Amino acid sequence: MLAKRIIPCLDVDNGRVVKGVHFAEVKDAGDPVELAKKYSEQGADELVFLDITASQQGRDTMKSVVRKVASVIDIPFTVGGGIKKLEDARDILLSGADKVSINTAAVKNPELITRLMEIFGKQCVVVAIDAKRNYDTVKGKTIFKDNNGKKYWFEVRIYGGKEGTGVDAIKWAREVESRGAGEILLTSIDADGTENGYDIELTNAICKSVRVPVIASGGCGEASHMLDVFKKADVDAALAASIFHYEKSTVDKVKRYLKRSGIRIRL
Amino acid sequence: MAKIAIFDYGAGNLFSLKSALERNGAESVEIIYDLKELPKYDGLVLPGVGNFDPAIKSIEGSAQHLDKAIDSGMPVMGICLGMEMLFDKSEEGKMEGLRILDGDVVMLPKGKVKIPHMGWNNLQIKGDSRFLKGVRDGSWVYFVHSYRTVPRQRKIVVATSDYGVSVPAVIERDNLIGVQFHPEKSGDVGSIMIRNFLKICDSEST
Repeated sequence: MLAKRIIPCLDVDNGRVVKGVHFAEVKDAGDPVELAKKYSEQGADELVFLDITASQQGRDTMKSVVRKVASVIDIPFTVGGGIKKLEDARDILLSGADKVSINTAAVKNPELITRLMEIFGKQCVVVAIDAKRNYDTVKGKTIFKDNNGKKYWFEVRIYGGKEGTGVDAIKWAREVESRGAGEILLTSIDADGTENGYDIELTNAICKSVRVPVIASGGCGEASHMLDVFKKADVDAALAASIFHYEKSTVDKVKRYLKRSGIRIRL
Repeated sequence: MAKIAIFDYGAGNLFSLKSALERNGAESVEIIYDLKELPKYDGLVLPGVGNFDPAIKSIEGSAQHLDKAIDSGMPVMGICLGMEMLFDKSEEGKMEGLRILDGDVVMLPKGKVKIPHMGWNNLQIKGDSRFLKGVRDGSWVYFVHSYRTVPRQRKIVVATSDYGVSVPAVIERDNLIGVQFHPEKSGDVGSIMIRNFLKICDSEST
């Protein structure tokens, strides 16, 4: 059976890797090609690059980063961020990415998921869902309750988490699956940047709602958080950034720890 | 040193496959759109990106050259969809396959496992294989697919992988090799296989 995947994530701004906290303040964390090589040599199962560059010029920089990465590494990688239309996705795939991840564009134009699937195949299409608890409970949403009985639902947010959509994340996950997404990259905005662990409640709810692979993202501060999410949710992969960028730990150390703890891991 | 051709169905990323062949010692790697150019090369790779019907459409016009090349002993490696196309038909599409290998392509067991089968899984090596020379039983390789092949001749299956069902992972018939996973994305283990394929191409070209 499949191994659980450990995926370092690299946020790229104008050709440099950066790490943000709560989708805001960013710090420089290195050269994407060198980091990709380093992580792949350490045994990363896959890589995710999120292009957070705003300018068109930066987008062209990203294409050349993708090309360089594809020529040096021999593990799969996904590129996301700023993919608005079919041509953007095609550019990235033809530059050497194995999968593209779409987020805001999928919400604005769900048909894009289907179009991409028809042309490139399901396996190329990752839909990224950024979700955040919304305490303004309204009818028709999947309602959750915390220990104090406070009610909320998970809202899909777009534009890097800046804008709410009114869309229920659980329902959206089912919809993207039916439209042809091959994988869901799920980020909890509440957990992201906190380094307090993955959002188990959200991750679990999404994993139970779909039959495509799900990558958990947001909140990883140490290896035990990965163990936790693998034990408590039927998630296929765990994505993390800061624990690898600032050398708090390395991919191989994390993987050995998980294997010792009984998780099926490729070593 | 082998000259390798990759056939392009017009759907997606061939750059990493090309890079992997070059990194592992191919003399040259060229992307081709018409199989009548095959005699210029020492080996052919049918890549693993795209959908069944569009891929068949792009290849059927020149498919007789593929039959001829295979009959003459040219090493051919079909990756994922590139292997599935060699069979009679596939549940992914309506069109007829290339009918070079007997058998069908069917969907993975829906309901039992998540589809696509995406990620790293182990190989169970079943038989002698030049392609798998130096690859240890149980090695991890990277899969991403929703269909599996059901070859009529079981003995051509030289490695399988378990995903709710036994999935043929490597098939080998003379110089024809089919892989369900992606050797170009399978780290060091994948590189061993690519070098083995290039060696087979070398030995045929001399």
